[in-house]
Amino acid sequence: MCLALPAQVTELLPDDMATVMLGGVAKEVSVALVEDVALGDYVIVHVGFALSKLDPEEAEKTLALFAEAAAAQ
Amino acid sequence: MKYIDEYRDGATARAIAAAIRAEADPGRSYALMEFCGGHTHAISRYGIEDLLPAHVRMIHGPGCPVCVLPIGRIDGAIALARQPGLILCTYGDLLRVPGSGRTSLLKVKAEGADVRMVYSAADSLKIARDNPDRPVVFFAIGFETTTPPTALVLQQAKALKLSNFSVFCNHVLTPAAIASILESPEVRALGTVPLDGFIGPAHVSTVIGSRPYDYFAEEYQKPVVIAGFEPLDVLQAILMLVRQLNEGRYEVENEFSRAVTREGNRKAQAVVAEVFELRRRFEWRGLGQVPYSALRIKAPYAEWDAEKRFDLPDRSVPDVKACDCGAILRGLKKPADCRLFGKACTPESPMGSCMVSAEGACAAYWTYGRFRHAQQGTA
Ligand code: SF4
Repeated sequence: MCLALPAQVTELLPDDMATVMLGGVAKEVSVALVEDVALGDYVIVHVGFALSKLDPEEAEKTLALFAEAAAAQ
Repeated sequence: MKYIDEYRDGATARAIAAAIRAEADPGRSYALMEFCGGHTHAISRYGIEDLLPAHVRMIHGPGCPVCVLPIGRIDGAIALARQPGLILCTYGDLLRVPGSGRTSLLKVKAEGADVRMVYSAADSLKIARDNPDRPVVFFAIGFETTTPPTALVLQQAKALKLSNFSVFCNHVLTPAAIASILESPEVRALGTVPLDGFIGPAHVSTVIGSRPYDYFAEEYQKPVVIAGFEPLDVLQAILMLVRQLNEGRYEVENEFSRAVTREGNRKAQAVVAEVFELRRRFEWRGLGQVPYSALRIKAPYAEWDAEKRFDLPDRSVPDVKACDCGAILRGLKKPADCRLFGKACTPESPMGSCMVSAEGACAAYWTYGRFRHAQQGTA
């Protein structure tokens, strides 16, 4: 039950709620636990709550790290 | 899907695995524990163990909240569900966990108890608002990922003065469990395996940050690499652990930097701190009593604490004798070592908690058929 997926925020709603796209499906989740969620952000959603934002720059860095390990082979 | 597909690429996975094989020293062994059930699930699902050389071994840890909940607490929930008129709300995984005498929430539901599966803690609050003249209890479990939502719901219940709602709190803490595996005399007496390093949880760490792991790295001189739940994340973390061990380092490294910061999610931490405080001790399946390893509801929220409102049985109940969940949760055994695995015990009819949740080691092995490979390996 700890599995959670990155989802993109497509609409900000009242009461700290937001619509996110999860694998092509729109879902309403709470963003009350995360600071400054903006339209277009990717968030990690778990049991109906966003837990953190994804940092696009750091995501790129990790992909570069994989490529580096792969290139060394 | 963005942030998923690129972390599942097969060719890159094979290349990282080749790097692990090239760099792992054949003269030593690497026993690496993935603490979290989410990683156990990913390792089974993507066959990561098949990509590793024999001397790099993954040991599955106790980080599955459904698996570690002791029978006594399930019995407590069952007693609540049997209260006339009461609605018990809970996450789906808990319905099939066996309690004492082979009963379960699913069975008491079939007998007429009003047990409802919810996707989110917020749903249980809504059920309470829709049923003002019935007591509604949320059976809350989980590590640091599900705790902030429960805390938020308690704050809302208080603000709304929702007097028919309460929470049966079973939230547990990751760092305490890791410490217990490493040092508790009780766990040592039960038996453990020597561990060389840890893969730190993904989503738990988004909330608590990477800082709490500093202590393990320092105190026990074991490297920790926090990793995401996708297969490339796990492989990269294994490579990073192998490198640390080769170089004699024991640091906290963060492979999941796209979602985990050093400080974690402060907003969520503040909500949790306002509502919950440490329990002096809490029983874990497989680990016994672990000091300061769980949370309870603070006094200002006592009105919404099911343990204060209802008279619940508080007994420690031993596991089914033949079930090896305890040893599996300590990393001592693999699911296929259990005599009941796939015979008396399957996901449809689990004998132990490790067979229930998708993150339980037994369920993960069974679902993805890894045990067949393991059996061939030993045959
Ligand atoms: S296979 Fe079933 S009985 Fe055996 S350890 Fe796993 S959960 Fe327990």
